Amino acid sequence: MEIVLEQIINGLTIGSFYALIALGYSMVYGILKLINFAHGDFFTLGSYVGYTILVFGSAFLTSHCGLWGGMIVAMVIAAICLALVGITVERLAYRPIYPAGRLPAVVSALGASIFLQNAIMVIWGPRYQAYPASLIPNIHIQMGALHITLLQIVILVFSFLLMGILYYIIQRTLFGSAIRASALDRDTASLMGINFNKVIFFIFTLGPALGAITGVMVGMYYRQISFTMGWNYGLKAFTATILGGIGNLPGAMFGGLILGLLEMFGGAYISAAWKDVFVFLILILVLIFRPNGLFGEKLAEKV
Amino acid sequence: MAEADLRTTDRAILETRKLTKVFGGLTAVNNFDSQVREGEICSLIGPNGAGKTTVFNVVTGIYKPENGSVVFNGKDITGQKPHQIVSGGIARTFQNIRLFPNMTCLENIMAGQHCRGSAGMWGSIFRTSRQKKEERHIREVAEARIHQVGLWESRDELAKNIAYGSQRMLEIARALATEPGLLALDEPSSGLNPSETEELMVFLKSLVKENFSIFLIEHDMNVVMGISDWVIVMDEGARIAEGRPETVYNNPKVIEAYLGYDDDQQVNGES
Amino acid sequence: MEDTRISKLNSFFSPQQGTLFAVLGIFVIYPFAANNYYIDVAFFFGIYALLGLSLNIVLGEVGLFDLGHAGFYAIGAYTTAILNTKFGVPILVLLPVSAIAAALFAYLVCSPIIHLRGDYLCIVTIGMGEIVRLSLINNPFDLTGGPNGVFGIDFPSLGSFFVIDSSIEYYFFIWIVVGFSILALIRLQNSRIGRAWNCIREDEVAANANGINVRHYKLLAFVLGAAMAGIAGNIYASKLMCVSPESFSFMESCLMFCIVLIGGMGSIPGVIIGAAVISLFPEIFRPFAMYRMLIFGTVMILMMMFRPGGAWPRRRGGADIKSVLNTWRKNG
Repeated sequence: MEIVLEQIINGLTIGSFYALIALGYSMVYGILKLINFAHGDFFTLGSYVGYTILVFGSAFLTSHCGLWGGMIVAMVIAAICLALVGITVERLAYRPIYPAGRLPAVVSALGASIFLQNAIMVIWGPRYQAYPASLIPNIHIQMGALHITLLQIVILVFSFLLMGILYYIIQRTLFGSAIRASALDRDTASLMGINFNKVIFFIFTLGPALGAITGVMVGMYYRQISFTMGWNYGLKAFTATILGGIGNLPGAMFGGLILGLLEMFGGAYISAAWKDVFVFLILILVLIFRPNGLFGEKLAEKV
Repeated sequence: MAEADLRTTDRAILETRKLTKVFGGLTAVNNFDSQVREGEICSLIGPNGAGKTTVFNVVTGIYKPENGSVVFNGKDITGQKPHQIVSGGIARTFQNIRLFPNMTCLENIMAGQHCRGSAGMWGSIFRTSRQKKEERHIREVAEARIHQVGLWESRDELAKNIAYGSQRMLEIARALATEPGLLALDEPSSGLNPSETEELMVFLKSLVKENFSIFLIEHDMNVVMGISDWVIVMDEGARIAEGRPETVYNNPKVIEAYLGYDDDQQVNGES
Repeated sequence: MEDTRISKLNSFFSPQQGTLFAVLGIFVIYPFAANNYYIDVAFFFGIYALLGLSLNIVLGEVGLFDLGHAGFYAIGAYTTAILNTKFGVPILVLLPVSAIAAALFAYLVCSPIIHLRGDYLCIVTIGMGEIVRLSLINNPFDLTGGPNGVFGIDFPSLGSFFVIDSSIEYYFFIWIVVGFSILALIRLQNSRIGRAWNCIREDEVAANANGINVRHYKLLAFVLGAAMAGIAGNIYASKLMCVSPESFSFMESCLMFCIVLIGGMGSIPGVIIGAAVISLFPEIFRPFAMYRMLIFGTVMILMMMFRPGGAWPRRRGGADIKSVLNTWRKNG
């Protein structure tokens, strides 16, 4: 029982990483119908920025903010940096290409992804970087056979808090309804006086910022980061997006969590080596039987 | 039904029997019976949302009906796939023109001939004599059709670059190239100016002489009254009247459906 | 090799056949003027050209987003590697076998998912490609050699007198295959099959309503594309004499995707240009070492900014030079 509980918690932890990254994909896809391949690299970049802050600011952070404070500072700075990067990438690489249609935008996104990934490699070097263990809170919780770390709980709570806030903004506020309206029909939304540029600004700052925070959390959780990890996380997060129904934000969150659990249980009960195969098989099966994702609405094409 | 004997011929080319199509809670088409007779222009009219286009979509296999059947040339074609129905002999156009925008006008029409060809991958790669002959035939048919609709000069233009009125004609030509027995045209005159509409009417009339039967959804009453041999009126998914154009025109039920209960007004075309 | 392309671009005003012979001439002379290293570069250009052509069928002609094409490539390469090293089947015999294996795989995998639209199909193909790659790493039935792959693959040979084992012979081998593929694809483009593919890309509903069996032609595109990728896999495996999963990553699928889009969807000359860009770029920018992929990403973005239709968009209709120039101007 404890083992199952532990696996659920581990699965939810990974799942919440996927969910937070998936939100960025889903927001951009919902509004622009663009698969933002660079999003995985926003996440990686965020992780590296957090790493830099923890390493170079270690003396200052530990004396002034404490371990947990340092973690928060790293996340906040990484989020701000990545919001800036996100909006810059949008301005330089995407905005000039929207009029050309969807496919050129996809190529441009791939280009941006390759650029960012290699920029990270040039700046931080091609080898793995390790988050400094001394700066990561390391408190273990042992309840019978249940063994988890406090960090894990904090990550979970924090992730759910972020998802909750985003959910609230999107579903309950006026600005959120502007975003949802733009996702449904951009032209009509503009005619209703919604400032589309504001919506774009929002999704390209908040999405990367969430990605950056996730990046810092992943760095703390796994201790090790590499410049290519964005591909893998991005792919999984995008899978989560599809699983939940593309463009559907609550769906993306659930998709991420479900994917994390699937991965954990697939790894534990089927085979650790085959767990990713298992995840993709589930994805394909879901799409065969529910072509619009688990939570997607069925849309009949108007003829 | 007393008027049935006034129709051009007894032989029905298309029949819908108790056709019903439901979307969620909405019954878009409700027990809809209709007949298109061979060699006639039969118009399907009705207010917006009456279910006309849904009937077309069921007839051409894009939607599957919940109930009822579609009979074409005496054969039940209910539930067949759209491409099978085209091969069977029903071709259609769309309310909001659906051409292949980045292909040339001639290629658009050649695509219509697709279902009459049989060359496969290997035949096309090795250019067998049969494939060459077939390809030549496809081109000849397409060229004849593009002449017929007066677009020969634009044959090598991309379909998206020609004028709106020409696009309408091109779409009809593409449908004709499938060698159909029945042409189902969904509001062919919408967006056309009066002189283009006039030309369209003459053209449709000429098609009947070529032995095509035409099933027409139309909002422009001048077109309906001008060329129809028979008019079926739909409202809220059901047939509420049918008959010769002039009879339908004066039918109080029809006027009511269009204009509510104010029967002083005349039915006007909404073009 | 880049000279070849440039000469092709500048030759609008000479008769088409003249250009063709000039290009062919350069292709034939090139390996005798270059050293082995540059012949190998041209060989990989050929592999990418073949892969680009194969993906172009699916993505360019039919408009299906396939970001898992490396999976088909891998099936071809591993079929060759395994059957050759374990059972000693000759490489040239395995050429059609690899094609059929990849095609069969495509047919089985794509049949249930072919109805999915746009991005959903895209993600399923990504998943398919990843499943293939991960399966290869996991070494099922001890066949694929895990992360290290399979070693010791033969040269293509017919008896002992005809053996393809030098750079120059591989160069001609791949480019002859590419040549025949181009010929076959041009013929397909100008047939009812090519038109049906394009119709589906332009408007699936209208294509279906005009008598085109959409499902059939989509599957055909996948099967044919996979078969060509399988052939590329076969040649690649025998050239490298070993295969490993890392050659068939998601990145590889992305590169193929870029080849088609950089060149121009559905345009055969475009695909060749795209393949040239993808395969020659790292060579040209080799002096910049670390920065070359950085530049590559930037170039992709700039390319889409200034030539979103691709470098050489497919020209349709009348064959006169003016219309080509017009399309160039319009897209430029």
